[in-house]
Amino acid sequence: MIIFSSSPRKSKITNGPSRASKWGPMKKNVSSIYQCLSVFICGFAFIFFSTPAAAQDWFRTGTGLGVSKARVGVADFAPKSTPAQPLAVEFADVVRNDLDFSGILDLVSKSYNPLQTPGTPAEVDFKAWSDAPASAQLLAFGAVSADANSLEISAWLNDVRNASLPPVIGKVYRGAPTDVQVRAFAHQFADEIIGKLSGGLPGIAATQIAFVSNRTGNKEIWTMDYDGENQHPLTQLHTIALTPRWSPDASRIAFTCYAQPNSGSVLTAQICIYSAASNRLISWPRFQGTNSSPAWSPDGSQLMFMSSMYGNPELFITDASGARPKRLTYSNGANTSPTFNPKTGQQVAFVSDRGGIPQLYTMNADGTSQAKVDLADKGYVIDPAWSPNGQLLAFSWRRPNGNYDLYIMEIVTHQLVELTRDAGRNERPSWAPDGRHIVFESTRTGTRQIWSMLADGTSAHQLTKQGQNESPNWSPK
Amino acid sequence: MWNRTHARALFATLIAFTALGAACNKKPVPAPAPTPPPAAEPPARPTVNLQASPTFIQRGQSTTLTWSSTNATSLTLSPGIGQVAAEGTQSLSPTDATTYTITATGPGGSADASVRVSVTVPPPPAPAVHQPTLQELFDKEVKDAYFDYDKADIRSDARDALSATAQFLRSYPQMKIVVEGHCDERGSTEYNLALGDRRAAAAKQFLVSLGIPADRLETVSYGKERPFCSASTEECYQQNRRAHFVMGK
Repeated sequence: MIIFSSSPRKSKITNGPSRASKWGPMKKNVSSIYQCLSVFICGFAFIFFSTPAAAQDWFRTGTGLGVSKARVGVADFAPKSTPAQPLAVEFADVVRNDLDFSGILDLVSKSYNPLQTPGTPAEVDFKAWSDAPASAQLLAFGAVSADANSLEISAWLNDVRNASLPPVIGKVYRGAPTDVQVRAFAHQFADEIIGKLSGGLPGIAATQIAFVSNRTGNKEIWTMDYDGENQHPLTQLHTIALTPRWSPDASRIAFTCYAQPNSGSVLTAQICIYSAASNRLISWPRFQGTNSSPAWSPDGSQLMFMSSMYGNPELFITDASGARPKRLTYSNGANTSPTFNPKTGQQVAFVSDRGGIPQLYTMNADGTSQAKVDLADKGYVIDPAWSPNGQLLAFSWRRPNGNYDLYIMEIVTHQLVELTRDAGRNERPSWAPDGRHIVFESTRTGTRQIWSMLADGTSAHQLTKQGQNESPNWSPK
Repeated sequence: MWNRTHARALFATLIAFTALGAACNKKPVPAPAPTPPPAAEPPARPTVNLQASPTFIQRGQSTTLTWSSTNATSLTLSPGIGQVAAEGTQSLSPTDATTYTITATGPGGSADASVRVSVTVPPPPAPAVHQPTLQELFDKEVKDAYFDYDKADIRSDARDALSATAQFLRSYPQMKIVVEGHCDERGSTEYNLALGDRRAAAAKQFLVSLGIPADRLETVSYGKERPFCSASTEECYQQNRRAHFVMGK
């Protein structure tokens, strides 16, 4: 679980003059949240995100309340041959980036590294790494050998303050001497380290992100590694492909495509399923009307989606094969963007404009107990995404006179945290399986691009640059 | 008065010069040759004649060159034609005014003849009486129905547009149409797909209420994926909040 702490400077926060004008309606609200957070030791305490421009008003106290983060160094890896040299550099760089972005540890800046590249535990100068300025507690190191056909990477993590202890991690990776393979091994090794240091949190370095890109001229489904590398298209449908969603086992991607309906001549929005295992589309039933925004149940056995097969755009649920569609909502308005509570599979959050404008609603997965989620301000609420632990909802909210910004709401208490501000439109959050990272789309650079960040709003990384990119969805594993 | 006198004098002068010029161009008539001694008769000088009919054509039309010659062993027609027979005809379509020259060569020397073919550019064809196509009639009579922000209700201006559309569809009872629902860029991709669906359905329902059979009307939602206008202004947003009609195939 994420532990965030609230700022002790809460009274100053809400008195900021720049905020008072633009964010007047929010002031009281934010203040009350802070009071709540400071009074209650909730399961969730939050930190507020700040853009650099607002740094004097908001400050971050860091993740891991009261716990200092482990300080980890990553040595350059020792190349055992000439062809191994660039691969060794790349391996260490990818591991460093992964560890840095994990947010759970304190990475030793590379410039503080002692001038040694130990290839085995016996070669480590423990004192050099534990002394200032490196001041490391743990050290990742190892050796890379490669020839034209094969690659072998030995990688260790050692406690440098207790030289007598055996390695915390010792791994050997063997494969093809390619760039892609080296990156994949580096992500695996980083995930091992993150798993050890976080007490079993799943590492996300080996995960992928599906998204929509128009860079070929049409909107198609693409995937990339979680760090933005290895971007490639999955579909070449030459129509409009939208809203990709990974199945819970990451073997399939459901998305909105334009395809021939049951009857009629014009292509309409339909649900398509791409199999990552067989690299092709799986046949799936076509329905009348507009069909979009599929969401998998956490056990992968069902899909919920928006369909106007009976007239109005309502939510339906079918088997994963598309069989036995069952209507869940009956309203005078549009109902879409369902997201399951991944922990229970029993609750669903969705968007409906039955009250006049798009707002957030919840219901049971069988359609019962539909209720509006009341937020302090009016304004659009779209793109709900349920966190992996089931306790938080991320969404995009356009408050009156504001822009679309990302928020997190704790389900039980309705406490809110604002994650983005004054940086273009920010929409479509999707959680990483570790529950600590969020990928989203933002127009802050002037074009719509995919970004990732820690779930407290810090460490934003731009992942795409080419064309317009939207609707990211983080793979569950 | 002065001008007129002056012009007349100038004109007379020009005529005189032209006549003189024509006289000068005339080849001197060769003096009658003395009767040659039968033993050493010199080769006869070649003669050649070239005519074009007609000499004025419009671009794209053709003219026929006709030539004849005497005492020539070789005839060359230029430009661009080359060796030709002692007499013959050839049809040509020069795109611009061209002077054709034929040169006859024989034992007695050479001679040539020229003819100029003038080419005029034809005036553009007179506009034919335009018969509007079905597509043009459709575009004229079938107008988009516009919607309010976040709404799928038929406004009064949309009512008028849809009534005219229904009238048109009644005149073409076989015609099927596709009703497209579109949205402005605000709101999510997913919400706009739903809203566009509701707009297309509302426009279809209104046409059905005016007596158009539902099976002539297919609907499709493009959400905000096919905007008509890409600026982030209210004027542009209004352009994009529409039901748009396309003739079915």
